[in-house]
Amino acid sequence: MTTQLDEKLRFMVSDLDLRAYRQQLLSSNIANADTPNYKAKDIDFAAELHRIQQGGTSRLKLEATSPRHLPALAANPLAVRVRYRQPIQPSIDGNTVDMDVERGQFTDNAIHYQFVVDRVNGFFRTMLTAIKGQ
Amino acid sequence: MSLFNVFSIAGSAMLAQSQRLNVVASNLANANSTTSSTGQPYRARQVVFSAMPVGQSAGAVGVRVAKIVEDPTPMKMVYDPGNPLANAKGYVAMPNVNPVEEMTNMISASRSYQNDVDMMNTAKTLLLKTLSLGQ
Repeated sequence: MTTQLDEKLRFMVSDLDLRAYRQQLLSSNIANADTPNYKAKDIDFAAELHRIQQGGTSRLKLEATSPRHLPALAANPLAVRVRYRQPIQPSIDGNTVDMDVERGQFTDNAIHYQFVVDRVNGFFRTMLTAIKGQ
Repeated sequence: MSLFNVFSIAGSAMLAQSQRLNVVASNLANANSTTSSTGQPYRARQVVFSAMPVGQSAGAVGVRVAKIVEDPTPMKMVYDPGNPLANAKGYVAMPNVNPVEEMTNMISASRSYQNDVDMMNTAKTLLLKTLSLGQ
């Protein structure tokens, strides 16, 4: 039983983690809408979530053979593959940020994030009801 | 927590856009300044944005103003023999500020600024929602 609950909660938590990471990527795109030669970036959300679910972090670790070695700080803790967006109408200055696409994805991602937060809350409420036995 | 990076990203973008707005303001204000501290007519200035990594996380990219460049286009020559700065032929060198270009630049900067504010508000809503988890 506990394992099942853990599993379910872990799924939602990794979804939230990935959503938060993507939110940051999309906000970088919007912030750099006027930066010459900036290329818009995004992740394949479904594929990355699936990969995390499979437990495949497949992260390259830096071997530390001495305690005095610098730890390799995980710049990308989820080890997601960030890809460049296919430009639909790139600017003449080499910028590929399409504001409509970015704003759409940004809002979409924010709403999905709120949805999952709501689901986690609902999950807790369900559990409390079960515990109280009302 | 990656969501906190949104504040740094949006903040850096707002700073860069406000610098751009400042440059537009000085260009428009000096559209008729035929002389300056260097003795030359005012030259239009433009900001150059560049992407800048924010925090530890890969993918968090903010904006900064890399440099401010002067517009190399030639000055506008206006015939005004009565002007004390006129040359031998009676022409005065006026600044190479293009008011139409500056106005569109201003609108673009203000729209981008609004986008950044919006982004910050969204990040705030999401974080507050996260804080209310389990309540």
